[in-house]
Amino acid sequence: MKKKFLLGGLLGIVLIGSIIYAADHIDAPAVTGPGSTSPGNDITDIYAFQSPADNSKMVFVLNTQGLLSPAATGAASFPANVMYEFNIDNTGDNIEDLVIQCLVQNGKMRVYGPVAVGTPGLTSTVKTSGPSTEVAVTGYGAGSPSTASNGNGTRIFAGPRDDPFFFDLGRFKQIIAGTAASFNNPGTDSFAGTNVMSIVVEVPKSLLGAAASINVWGETKSK
Amino acid sequence: MIRINKFSIVAAVILGFVLVGCDKDDAPADNFDTSGTFTQNDQMARPAINTVFVSSARKNEFNTTVPSAMNAAFNAQFQSVLTGFGYTTNVLGWDKATFAGALVTDVLNVSMTGATAFGTLTGRGLSDDVITTELTLIFGGASGMSNPGLNNDNVNANDKAFSATFPYLASPF
Repeated sequence: MKKKFLLGGLLGIVLIGSIIYAADHIDAPAVTGPGSTSPGNDITDIYAFQSPADNSKMVFVLNTQGLLSPAATGAASFPANVMYEFNIDNTGDNIEDLVIQCLVQNGKMRVYGPVAVGTPGLTSTVKTSGPSTEVAVTGYGAGSPSTASNGNGTRIFAGPRDDPFFFDLGRFKQIIAGTAASFNNPGTDSFAGTNVMSIVVEVPKSLLGAAASINVWGETKSK
Repeated sequence: MIRINKFSIVAAVILGFVLVGCDKDDAPADNFDTSGTFTQNDQMARPAINTVFVSSARKNEFNTTVPSAMNAAFNAQFQSVLTGFGYTTNVLGWDKATFAGALVTDVLNVSMTGATAFGTLTGRGLSDDVITTELTLIFGGASGMSNPGLNNDNVNANDKAFSATFPYLASPF
């Protein structure tokens, strides 16, 4: 009982002021709070995995704008003032060495990189010296995804997708509110039937350096 | 979008004609704007780190702290949250300080030499049950089996099948 009390009490404190949270959905008041005009800046999830189609390649996914209902998905878009940036550390110091920068304008996404970061940190300029790839943003209701590749083996995609994240967030909220003591079995996926605005970039591992392990994180930056 | 009409195009052509003699740094002819400085808003690697371990008052700060500075700025808060969870150890044998230190630097460690999966700390795939992995590490104790009502949310897969071909994610609902 003591543990349960502590759990509820502490999470209650953590939760004050927040409406709902999950993997990283709606985690930041600055990008999703009342009055925010930058919904395209809220990252929901980052994925990084060896390509299931080619084990010499790595896949990076950056999802944004979580909990889009089907009715709202058609109107969702990637703002033109946002940079979606994958950061890659291949020297083990948790400082980015390479970046992959994604920009969306006029219905097209252009991806620069992987390219040396130059100056790491909280601000970025577009690394136009890097290799670039461009693709039409896939529209909601498109029969098949629009993808593009370039000569170095990079493939890219941008558009609405089913949110791949799954979690019984509803029950979790009851647990932390003290109105439930444990998860249900089976649980209920609170993200079933919702979409995200997704960016997928697949690159040859050879473009990411020679390290046996890399550290990856995603960022949104705006101007 | 509506304002990019014939008038704008004509105006741009005229401006380009006028300026061409004095601007040697012409933008690419395709009109894709790559100018300016972009400033960070959100940041993420592993799921539910900021959302669970950082207080509401500091979430924006966490999103704008570079990973290499996260440990110094947030380690104490992460340990405090683990204390609140009643945490002592997990299946990896990590004490509270070790676990907090591993969690607080929010980067995803990704293997470049083989299979990748969240459960082996070598990446994150679309179908990985990341929440159960995290719940097990937080609530499962040394055996991974403690607190059976809390160490698994019993949602084990996505509601739509993933694709074997690029871009792998399922089409939207």
